[in-house]
Amino acid sequence: MAEKTFKVTSDSGIHARPATVLVNQAGQFSSDITLGYNGKNVNLKSIMGVMSLGIQSGSEITIKAEGNDADEALKAIEDVMKKEGLGE
Amino acid sequence: MSEKISGIAASAGIAIAKAFILENPELTIEKKQVEDTASEINRFSAAVEKAKGELQIIKENALRDLGEDKAAIFAAHLLVLEDPELIDAVKTKIESENVNAESAMDEISSMFITMFEQMDNEYMKERAADIRDVSKRVLAHLLGVQFSSPASISEEVIIIAEDLTPSDTAQLNRQFVLGFATDIGGRTSHSAIMSRSMEIPAVVGTKVVTEKIQNGTILVIDGLDGEVIVNPTEEELALYRKKQDQYKEQKAEWAKLVNEQTTTADDQHIELAANIGTPQDVQGVLENGAEGVGLYRTEFLYMGRDQLPTEEEQFKAYKEVLEKMEGKPVVIRTLDIGGDKELPYLDLPKEMNPFLGFRAIRLCLEQQDIFRTQLRALLRASAHGNLKIMFPMIATLVEFREAKKVLLEEKEKLTKENIDVSETIELGIMVEIPSTAVLSDRFAKEVDFFSIGTNDLIQYTMAADRMNERVSYLYQPYNPAILRLIQMVINAAHKEGKWVGMCGEMAGDPIAIPILLGLGLDEFSMSATSVLPARSQLSKLSKSEAARHVDTILNMDTAEEVVKFVNENF
Repeated sequence: MAEKTFKVTSDSGIHARPATVLVNQAGQFSSDITLGYNGKNVNLKSIMGVMSLGIQSGSEITIKAEGNDADEALKAIEDVMKKEGLGE
Repeated sequence: MSEKISGIAASAGIAIAKAFILENPELTIEKKQVEDTASEINRFSAAVEKAKGELQIIKENALRDLGEDKAAIFAAHLLVLEDPELIDAVKTKIESENVNAESAMDEISSMFITMFEQMDNEYMKERAADIRDVSKRVLAHLLGVQFSSPASISEEVIIIAEDLTPSDTAQLNRQFVLGFATDIGGRTSHSAIMSRSMEIPAVVGTKVVTEKIQNGTILVIDGLDGEVIVNPTEEELALYRKKQDQYKEQKAEWAKLVNEQTTTADDQHIELAANIGTPQDVQGVLENGAEGVGLYRTEFLYMGRDQLPTEEEQFKAYKEVLEKMEGKPVVIRTLDIGGDKELPYLDLPKEMNPFLGFRAIRLCLEQQDIFRTQLRALLRASAHGNLKIMFPMIATLVEFREAKKVLLEEKEKLTKENIDVSETIELGIMVEIPSTAVLSDRFAKEVDFFSIGTNDLIQYTMAADRMNERVSYLYQPYNPAILRLIQMVINAAHKEGKWVGMCGEMAGDPIAIPILLGLGLDEFSMSATSVLPARSQLSKLSKSEAARHVDTILNMDTAEEVVKFVNENF
């Protein structure tokens, strides 16, 4: 299992477009990937799950990946977070 | 037998093709028990795949025709159909409860819709509509109901609809949609504006097209005279094909004027500019040979999103327009929001009379953080071209002075930060409120220019809501009362050596043009597609002769007399 905590730095938090990019990336992997925010965990492959959290700027989120390609998955998501200026 | 239906000519040209009725089918969902859940799940998966295929096409069309921003909506729709929380939940429900796919899909998606609707964030509430759209698409496939998606059209058609929403028009494939006709709408409604920017003929406000026209019926759309001919006879077809050819010839003649200056028959130069809403529109401005941008409506930067645009985003958009216009004048109007144009994230209370309410400069002067961000972005962009700034909905000189003060404060801050700002930015106002027109001699001493916004000036002067069809007869651009107000503004400005533009629909109207020329209007700003016809018309008119008719026209009693006079004398 791989796990990493990010601080959300984009002004708008994680809304429609960035959520789309994250979910798309997560969908590339077979591992189970979850996003934890404010005590809630959702499937990162679910656009509605991610959007329903309404993640705000400045908050912390935890991404967990479990499965064969967990490490690669986490790495790829970290890249997307940085590339999209979502967090670090 | 052919039949003629009259409406409002929204976009010029002639189209001949089969009718395609665009409607939202009513879906009736029945809950049934099923034995063979495996085949029910297969049926569900097949429907999802079909819906995804359609969305893929829509997304590609949107990407090609409307840009990445609009296409992103459909990318999100596609992800909803790949969402394991939705898809797996439906499959589980079919399997565990032995129910049919339709009812399982309906129940699960309703759950998500309710969840999003109950969030206390306007933006999230709107996402409920996205999920509803997507699930309707899947349900239509499951029920075998023809979902008349405009994106699925693959032959040449004319769209017939009650009205076209922005999302409908976003999905139109321009290769196949030759024209459209709607039941409701006027010359300034969304569908009409879209048809002009797509350059396809359209007739709106017919009241009866959806009732009288069947799918597949042959139609003629006459966007020049505002008529729809249903089941045309051979003779009529020949007649309209001829009219179509003549229009094409005329367009070709206009095209020759693209790189010409606008000069009247008596050698007076007139500035013809175009109105835009986004940086992408600049392409159309240049293709149609406009000499500047007379109105850049900045509202679109603020709409269709969940929060205010940042200074940086705005700066980029303004700079892009200024650079693409290569030193030609660009008049940017500060935020004109509120009233009928809502921004959910601003959370403004509903008003009884939004057009007379808390909007535009009134809002900007009260919520100054919004205004200051925009002004900073504008000032920074001013270093990259020929920028003119104008304030909308100014009713009093106090408002203008206050807005100008805020602008100068921001300018000073930028100068202190060593950021380049142009020293020659002209500052003007929209004249769209009668009080400002009446007091234009006082305003003219303080502003650099006026831009007359006729759409609002007419509705405020006539006290008639331009969206209300029952009083639409009062929307009278040629009423001598309106013409006198316009004259008052132009004379007041010229007396102080200032220039006057016009950025309403009236500026591109062939009947208004000779009158406005005679009144001495300096700049005409219109839809990009009206620029070349206007240039052609102006080249045949003499300004001094037009000016000689002004007194006669302004002393008429009614709009009808004015129109008759113009038709007979120009």
